[in-house]
Amino acid sequence: MATTEKQKSDITHKYLRPQKSFPSVWCPGCGNGIVMGAFVRVVDKLGYSKDEVAMVSGIGCTSRLPVYLDFNSLHTTHGRALAFATGVKFGQPKMKVVVITGDGDALAIGGNHFIHACRRNIDITCILINNHTYGMTGGQGSPTTPEDAISTTTPYGNVEKHFDPCDLAMAAGATYVARGTVTHYPQMEKIISAGLEHEGFSLIEIISNCHTYYGRLNRKGDAPAMLEQFKENAITTGKAKKMDEQELVGKYVIGKLHEDNVKSEFCCEYQKLIDHQKG
Amino acid sequence: MSDSNQAGQEKTTPKKKSKYDFTDDNLPLEINLSWCKACNICIAMCPQQIFEPDRDGRPVQTRPADCTQCTICWVHCPDFCIISTVK
Repeated sequence: MATTEKQKSDITHKYLRPQKSFPSVWCPGCGNGIVMGAFVRVVDKLGYSKDEVAMVSGIGCTSRLPVYLDFNSLHTTHGRALAFATGVKFGQPKMKVVVITGDGDALAIGGNHFIHACRRNIDITCILINNHTYGMTGGQGSPTTPEDAISTTTPYGNVEKHFDPCDLAMAAGATYVARGTVTHYPQMEKIISAGLEHEGFSLIEIISNCHTYYGRLNRKGDAPAMLEQFKENAITTGKAKKMDEQELVGKYVIGKLHEDNVKSEFCCEYQKLIDHQKG
Repeated sequence: MSDSNQAGQEKTTPKKKSKYDFTDDNLPLEINLSWCKACNICIAMCPQQIFEPDRDGRPVQTRPADCTQCTICWVHCPDFCIISTVK
């Protein structure tokens, strides 16, 4: 039976935790809600049951996300979401382990866990929502705050260079790396879906808006204005190949950046070792 | 009403009213205003501009007949307030 528009738009409500009070804690127009909707629709499309999915998160605005969804969830210490997720995946190799993390959580406090999860190539899907700032604590500069951008800790402009999470993950050995923005919804759904299906560590970076701190301090406007800017500044991978580095400053290259289906997965290798030792 | 229109114009006027014909009585979308935070994303992103903000900034469907059910408003709603009424 074909699904109607009403059923399609109503999918998210099936996966929300009934005992949680809505609306959510996020600011009006926060991109985290859009990513939450996309994730839930992808899980519904792929047909995973609620018991099959485990969501792990650390601390931060983004990490409030699993609290609202009715999956197995783990709300852990700051930056250690990937470390806990490694444990979950090791104990339950058949489970789909998803880590929802922010830019500060994954790259600053949990930077070490991030590169080592990439290195091991363990089958975890890491959805990194990058809003270029520490939103929950008051707009401090994070490792992904662009150069010259203003934050509460860099009031005269940021002098540090920023991290590119996708490049970092590729260099560290992740086998599926893709980037999307909250404005490009169908593409975001596609890369989350591909990341969940992929065997091995997959990093999905999603550029999101923090208009309350990053947008306000850098005069980027409110939520709809920031979403419009993502549309203007996003470049597909095909187009980006023809452009030089100078032109790509301040732009977001979106799409699948790297995929490697040859490299072996950590849990598989470990199972082989167990079988070999048992004889 | 439909009987009188059918005479002589069978090709131009459809016999059965389409489920996508929206009027002020048959709104295309149902908006849960108790969850809405008035972020204006739906108002800004709608390609047909069917919404207008009310006094609190929450969306009101002022041009329901233009709605094409393109899904942009409800996939971009961060608070899951918008549900289609098309069954």
